[in-house]
This record gives sequence, C-alpha cells and structure tokens, in this order.
Amino acid sequence: MASIQLQSLAHRYPSAPDYALHSMQQNWSDGGAYALLGPSGCGKTTLLNIISGLLRPSEGRVLFDDIDVTDLTTEQRNIAQVFQFPVVYDTMTVAENLAFPLRNRGIGKNEIEKRVADALQMLDLQERANDRARSLTADDKQKISLGRGLVRTDVQAILFDEPLTVIDPHLKWQLRTELKKIHQRFQHTMIYVTHDQTEALTFADQVIVMYEGAVVQIGTPQQLFETPEHTFVGRFIGSPGMNVLPCEVDGSDAVFAGKRIPLNKAIASSAARFELGIRPEHITLSASDGIPLTVTALEDVGRHIVVRGEIEGAKVSALVKDGVAIPENPCVSFDAAHINLYADDYRVGSGRGD
Amino acid sequence: MAIQKVQNNKAWFMVMPVLILVAISAIIPLMTVVNYSVQDTFGGNEFFWVGTEWFQEILASERFHNALLRTLLFSGLILAIEIPLGILIALAMPKRGWGVSVCLVLMALPLLIPWNVVGTIWQVFGRVDIGLLGHSLASLGIDYNYTQNNLDAWLTLILMDVWHWTSLVVLLCYSGLVSIPEVYYQAARIDGASRWAVFRFIQLPKIKRVLLIAVLLRFMDSFMIYTEPFVVTGGGPGNITTFLSIDLVQMAVGQFDLGPAAAMSLIYFLIILLVCWVFYTVMTSYDNDEQSNGGGAQ
Repeated sequence: MASIQLQSLAHRYPSAPDYALHSMQQNWSDGGAYALLGPSGCGKTTLLNIISGLLRPSEGRVLFDDIDVTDLTTEQRNIAQVFQFPVVYDTMTVAENLAFPLRNRGIGKNEIEKRVADALQMLDLQERANDRARSLTADDKQKISLGRGLVRTDVQAILFDEPLTVIDPHLKWQLRTELKKIHQRFQHTMIYVTHDQTEALTFADQVIVMYEGAVVQIGTPQQLFETPEHTFVGRFIGSPGMNVLPCEVDGSDAVFAGKRIPLNKAIASSAARFELGIRPEHITLSASDGIPLTVTALEDVGRHIVVRGEIEGAKVSALVKDGVAIPENPCVSFDAAHINLYADDYRVGSGRGD
Repeated sequence: MAIQKVQNNKAWFMVMPVLILVAISAIIPLMTVVNYSVQDTFGGNEFFWVGTEWFQEILASERFHNALLRTLLFSGLILAIEIPLGILIALAMPKRGWGVSVCLVLMALPLLIPWNVVGTIWQVFGRVDIGLLGHSLASLGIDYNYTQNNLDAWLTLILMDVWHWTSLVVLLCYSGLVSIPEVYYQAARIDGASRWAVFRFIQLPKIKRVLLIAVLLRFMDSFMIYTEPFVVTGGGPGNITTFLSIDLVQMAVGQFDLGPAAAMSLIYFLIILLVCWVFYTVMTSYDNDEQSNGGGAQ
C-alpha cells in the first residue's frame, strides 16, 4: 500500500488538439478511499489509466510512496484494477482465477492455496470455488476481478473503473458495502472512478470532482454538498442539483431579482459574471414572503415534491416535503446561511447567516 | 384458433421456394445417387436390384482403403499445418493502422483465385523446365520432380493447399482476435501474465468458436479436394495422390461403374459427416459441460 502523488501531471493524447487532463497537483494518502467523480469524458478514466501505468502521461510525474513510477510498467507498479466490465479467465475455475496472479509471480503452492482460500472467504465465494468463472453472474465476476487484487500482498493500490456499471441495482448496494468493509479491514489505498454521485459519496472518504480534464474540488461528501467550490460541483452533486442564479454584487450584498442578499464579506472582484448558488433543500416557499416564482412543473419524487419554476428567466428548483401545501402563486426565500457566491464559476463568498 | 391455422398455412407458402430449391439442388440428386447405389445397370434403361452388394464391395476393396487413408493423411497434415500457422499469422498481424488493410488484402488474394487456376499456377510453378520453383530447386542441385517423385508430389500439393487456404484460417482467427476487448489485455498485464499465458487463457478461449469453424471448413474442403490435385498431379505419380474424390471420378466417369461409384459417394458423404460431428462434439464439449453444471447468467 502506498500514498500516491501526482506532480504537475497533464496528459494530451497524440494528435488531439487539447489536453485531456489539465495540469494537476495531487497528494493522496496511504490507505485512503478516494472517489474520482465526474461526467463521462471528463478525464477520470484517463487519470486512472495513468496511475495504473496503462497510459504514460505526456507531462508530469506519478509517485508511489515518494518513488517515481512514471516510467514503470503496470506489472512493475504492483497495482490491482477492477474494470467496468468484469474480466474473468473463462476457462478457469473461480479458485484458479484468484490463483492466476500469484502463479504468474511464482509463489509457492501452499501459500497460493492459503491466500486463495482467504480471498474466497472474504468475497463469500467459497461455494463456487470450483465452478467455471464463466458461469457466474456479473456481480460475482466483479468480485473475482477484485479478488485477483486482494490475494496479492504487494498491491500498492486498488483502482476501480466504474465497477458497478453492469451490476443490478439491488446488488450494487450490497457490493458497495462489501467494498467498504474490505477497505476498513485491509486499509488498501483505493481509487474509485464513477459518474454516480451516490456511489462516490457512500464509498469514499474524499471525493475528487473532475470537470473537463481538471480537478475542481476535493472534499468530504459533506463539503461537496454544502460548499461546492465550483458551480459544476453544485450542479452535479445533489438531486436536483444546486440552483445557480445570475446576480450582481454591490459591496457586501448580492442583488438578485431586485432583492439584496447580505454576504459574509465585501467582494472586490473584477469577474465578468457573478452567480448565487443555493440548494433546492434551502429554499422555502410561502404565499407572500419573498421573490415571486413562476411555477412550470411539479415532480413528485416520493418523500419530496420538486417545484420547478423561473424567476426572471433563471430556472429555480425547490424541494417541498410531501404533505406540505404549495401556495397558488408562491414566493421563494433563501436560507442565507447556505448561499454561496460564485465569480466566473469559482466560489468567492457565502451568504451571511443570522 | 381457425385464424391462426390459416396464418400457419400461409407461412408454408413463404418457405416453399426454398423447399423447392433445396429439393432440386440437394435432395433429388442425392436420392438419385441412393437409387444407383442399390441397383445394377447394363445400359439402356434396365436396372436390377442388388441390395447392399455395392456397399460391401466398396468397403472391402483395397483400392478404397488406400484412397481413404491417403485422403485422411492429407487432411490431417493440412489441419496440422494450416491451423497453427493461421493462428500465428493472425497473432502477428497489426491490430490498427494502415497495415491492417494491406494485410487483409494480401491475405484475401489467394482465396479469390479459382481452384483450377490455383492448380495450373502450381503445376507450372513446380515444373523443372520452366517453373520458378522447380527450376530454382533444380539449379540449387536439389532433385525435385513432382511428376516422378512421390514425396515431391505430396509436398507440392500440401504447399499449394497451405498457400491457398491458410488465409481463411488467418482471417477467421483475426476476426476473433480483434473482437477481444482491450481490458482483457490490461487485466492480464496487471495480473503479470506472460505472453504464453495471455494466449492460453485469453486469446485461445476467445477465438475457440471461430477456430471450430476454421477446422470444420478446412477439414471438409481438404477431405473433398479434387480440382487442384487433379490439375497438378492427376492423382499420380502412379496413384500416390489419388484421393477419394479423384478415385470416385475415375470410377464414375472413367470406368462408368455407376453402382459402386454411387455407393462410394454415399460412404464418402457419411465419413465427412461423421468426422465433422466428432470435431464439433469434441470442440464444444466444454461449453456443454458448463451449461449442465453452472447456473448464472452469461
């Protein structure tokens, strides 16, 4: 197990005009559970492949425990990786699949048997040990992929590339819990790529949000929810995402739809564009108090009702608890303590709570 | 229910053209052969019922045994050379870039040449007086003559078939290889697998199905080979390259022994069917195992 450092790392595919990954500086600690979260095409798989050594970065260095591994091959880096689609060796049994990486490394027979038995127990696959790997379901196959990493003692980090994509929803939760357990027990450094925020937020201690080839925020799930550092993070995390409303700044007040919203400090910025960020959870509807909202749609999502509407052309969503009456012509008011202010998409301040 | 029945009957009309075509092209000629195989004729239109006499005669004849052995040996050698060679070439072919189309076109070329032309090419190619191969070997002091030497005749025929048909195996294997997702190779690298292990545990299992088709096609084709050896050696020297097909034509057209020839073609047909069935059963037995043991999806 190792800490992972990325130094001025950037990558551009040959013949591509733009960088797939913009220069980044990261330091991920030994034994941490990290999730790389972002939409498709944001560069998270590219970053993962650079860490695993399947891809060589065009700029910058990758360090495991302060040792430069940029020029080392995948085999030499001693990482384990679980891919989006389960990879099992069809002709082998489950136990043989788990033994395969050990056999390739010339480990003794008794030791192999012991470690395979451990892994089978850990993954709850003992009963299927002698079945052909091919006959297993997708989630069991993913467990085998993970198991081939777990049997090795030399693993620096375990990387997951959207491993639950092909798993049935009710099994996803179960598999995620098992992953979490394995992490707690063995303290492997784990990096988990996903575009599913629920997966990222439940799996990881630290979530790294990526957008257009750059890391826009690293934080705990709570930080990402409460103080998104970039409007993208606000929009991407949460369901529905944060409302991002164009506004103007006047001294220590933000002005939106003719209403002044006090900020925690005076903003002196030459930014071209200011926006307010407020989560739908922190908007209250009332019959008369606040800014009038033109309601365009109501979505019942079970415990809540999502009220979709517009204020001066800006789209606004609000959450109303099921059973609470929605006024005919509602007005919205914002919970000032949970407002964030963005200048050119980056967070520069917040609302002043009373 | 009545409506459904009418629809079913209409469906029969839809398949009628195919049934008629298959009847004319396969079933009726085959029945004619069956008809000949159990009768004797002295010309005119006189037929006598002889029962299984022709079959017994063929099965007991040394001439048939020898031709069968020669054909089996030929097919065995062809499979033993073309299958591994085809896999090796497919593995060596580039997976992307401009090289792919160049290789594919080069590989497809021999397949596009008509059988008898292939025979003629090699017949000329191997001639000691004017052929490039034959003359070059002669100039090197190697005593090569496929019209007189048994071994040379066999070598020429095998070389010709390898040249002609290995491409088919290559193309089939290549199609299997390129369909293997990249992650399998990545996973193998992470597991520290050697080149041999990658072939043995990833590539070979993944191309097994197309390989089965390649083996069946190459077996059937080489077991029925007629045109090329007929053009190159005409079954000689002596009858050392007289395969079943050449023997059959000699019997049917040369000697006009229609009864024995019909019996022989049926036996010939059954042998091919039997061997193909054996190949198929052996090569898919593993899959069947799995279906009976394992539950689970995929």
